[in-house]
Amino acid sequence: MTLSLPQTPVLWGIAGVFAILVIASIVVFALTKARPARDYNELKARIFSWWVMVTVLAVAIVLSPVVSVAFLGFVSFLALKEYFSLIPTRRADRRVLFWAYLAIPLQFYWIGIEWYGMFIIFVPVYMFLFLPLAMLMTGQTDGFLRAAGSLHWGLMTMVFAIGHAAYLLALPDDGNPVAGSAGLLLFLIFLTQFNDVAQYVWGKLFGRHKVVPAVSPNKTVEGLLGGIATTTLLAWLIAPYLTPLVTWQAPVAGLIIGFAGFVGDVTISALKRDLGVKDSGSLIPGHGGVLDRIDSLTFTAPLFFHYVYYLHY
Amino acid sequence: MVTPNHFLRFLFFLLVVRPLVLVVLGLNVRHRERLPAAGPAIVAANHNSHLDTMVLMSLFPLSLLPRLRPVAAADYFLRNRIMAWFATRIIGIIPLKRAVHASGGDPLAEPTEALARGDILILFPEGSRGDPEHMEGFKTGIAHLAKRRAEAAIVPVFLHGLGKALPRGTFLLVPFFCDVFVGEAMAWSGDRASFMAELEKREMDLAAEGRFPAWE
Repeated sequence: MTLSLPQTPVLWGIAGVFAILVIASIVVFALTKARPARDYNELKARIFSWWVMVTVLAVAIVLSPVVSVAFLGFVSFLALKEYFSLIPTRRADRRVLFWAYLAIPLQFYWIGIEWYGMFIIFVPVYMFLFLPLAMLMTGQTDGFLRAAGSLHWGLMTMVFAIGHAAYLLALPDDGNPVAGSAGLLLFLIFLTQFNDVAQYVWGKLFGRHKVVPAVSPNKTVEGLLGGIATTTLLAWLIAPYLTPLVTWQAPVAGLIIGFAGFVGDVTISALKRDLGVKDSGSLIPGHGGVLDRIDSLTFTAPLFFHYVYYLHY
Repeated sequence: MVTPNHFLRFLFFLLVVRPLVLVVLGLNVRHRERLPAAGPAIVAANHNSHLDTMVLMSLFPLSLLPRLRPVAAADYFLRNRIMAWFATRIIGIIPLKRAVHASGGDPLAEPTEALARGDILILFPEGSRGDPEHMEGFKTGIAHLAKRRAEAAIVPVFLHGLGKALPRGTFLLVPFFCDVFVGEAMAWSGDRASFMAELEKREMDLAAEGRFPAWE
C-alpha cells in the first residue's frame, strides 16, 4: 500500500460530493424559510450528519490509504459493537465476544499488508472454526447453535463484508490507471449512499406498490426500480473517471449496487424487526446507528469488489 | 479528609476515561438535559460495574469535575495504599464505611459536608455491584443524606450494559454500547419510607423505558 495522494479525479469526485451537500443544505434552508410552520429538525440533523460523515471520509481518503483502511476498520468495530449490543448474547460468551472483536484488527491488518489469500479466508474459515472452539471452553451447551450462528453472522456482515470496501484500497493502482484504488472506494461508497437516497426519493414521489411489506412497509416497487435506474445511469456517467470499468461493465456495476444496496437495507431491517428495535443505535443524529447507515454497504461492498476483481485484477 | 489531585484527575478523565467510555464503550443517553448543572445534588444509579462511576462522571462537562464526588465503600477501595491513593486522589471518592456498628462516629459526615459545599455526589443505593444486570434493594443511606441536605436535588439514573462490559470479578473489558437513562430530579419527601419507595419506583420506571436483549 503506497503512500500517495489520491489522483485528481478522486479529488474532483470528493469536491462533487461536497457540492451536492451544499445544494442539499441550501434546499433545506429554503424549505425552512418557505414553510416555517413545518418541522425540519430531523432533515436538518440528517444533512448535518452527512456533512460530518463525508468530511471524515474525505479527510481519510486524502490523507492516505492506510488512514482510510484504519477508518473503515473503526467503522467495522462500531457496527459490530452495535450488533453485539442489540442481539441476545450468553453471559458465558463474554470472552468469545472479545475474540470476535480481535478479528477486526487482524482482518484490517491483512488488508493493510495486501495479503489477499488471508483476507479472503480469515473470517469465513479461521474465525468460523475458532469461535465454536472458544465457545466449547465455556462448557455451556444451552443456546450453543444460536450463539455460534449469530456471532458468525455478525463477523461476516460487519467485518468480512465491510472489509471488502477497504480491500479496494489494497488493489494495485495499475489496475485502475484513471483514478487508482481510492477511485473505486469513492465510486462504491458514493453510489451505495446515493442509491439509498434515490430509492427513498422515488418511493416518496411515486411509491404505490409495496415490495416487501412484511419487512419494510415503506419500500415500494417504484422506489426500488427508480432508484436502481438512477444509480445505473449515474454509474455509467462517472465510471470512466473513477474506475477501470468500460462499456457494459459500468451500468452493470450500477445495477449490482442498486439491487444489492436494496437487499442489504432490507436485510438489516429484518434483523431490527426480529429484535424489536427501530434504529440500531443513536450515534448518528437523524440517521440512527452506524448499522442503519452502512446496511446497504454490507451487501454492495463484497459484490462490487468481486465484480471488479474478476474483470480487472 | 483527603482531597483529590485536581490536575492528575483532570488528565486521567480527559485522556483515559473519556476515550474509554465514548469510544470503546459508547453511550446511548436519554434525557441528558435532566442532569444537574450545579450542586448540591445526588446522582443515584443502579450499580453493576466499576465502569458505572466512570460513565456517570463522563456525562458531566470537565469543568464540573472538581465538584463530582463518587461515594464508595471504604472497606473495598481503601484496602491497600495504592488503591486508596488512586481512589481518593484520582477518582476522588468519598470513602464510606459500610459497617458502622462498633466505631461510632457519623459515617455520613463527609458526604454531608460535600453537599453543603455544593458538590454533586454519585451514589449507588444498592450498596454493591451485586449480580451483573440485576437490581437489588436500595439501602437507606441516601435518605439520610437527602433529609440532612433537603436543598440537594436527587437525580435517579438507570444504567444498562455496563455489567455486560465489565462485571464483577473480571478484568476483561468487552465493548458494548451502554444505555444511560436520566430521570427527573426529586427532593426529600419528609419521610424515609415514602422517599425510598419513590426513588425505587423512579428507577424501575426508567428501567422500563428500555428494551434490552436477553443475557443469561
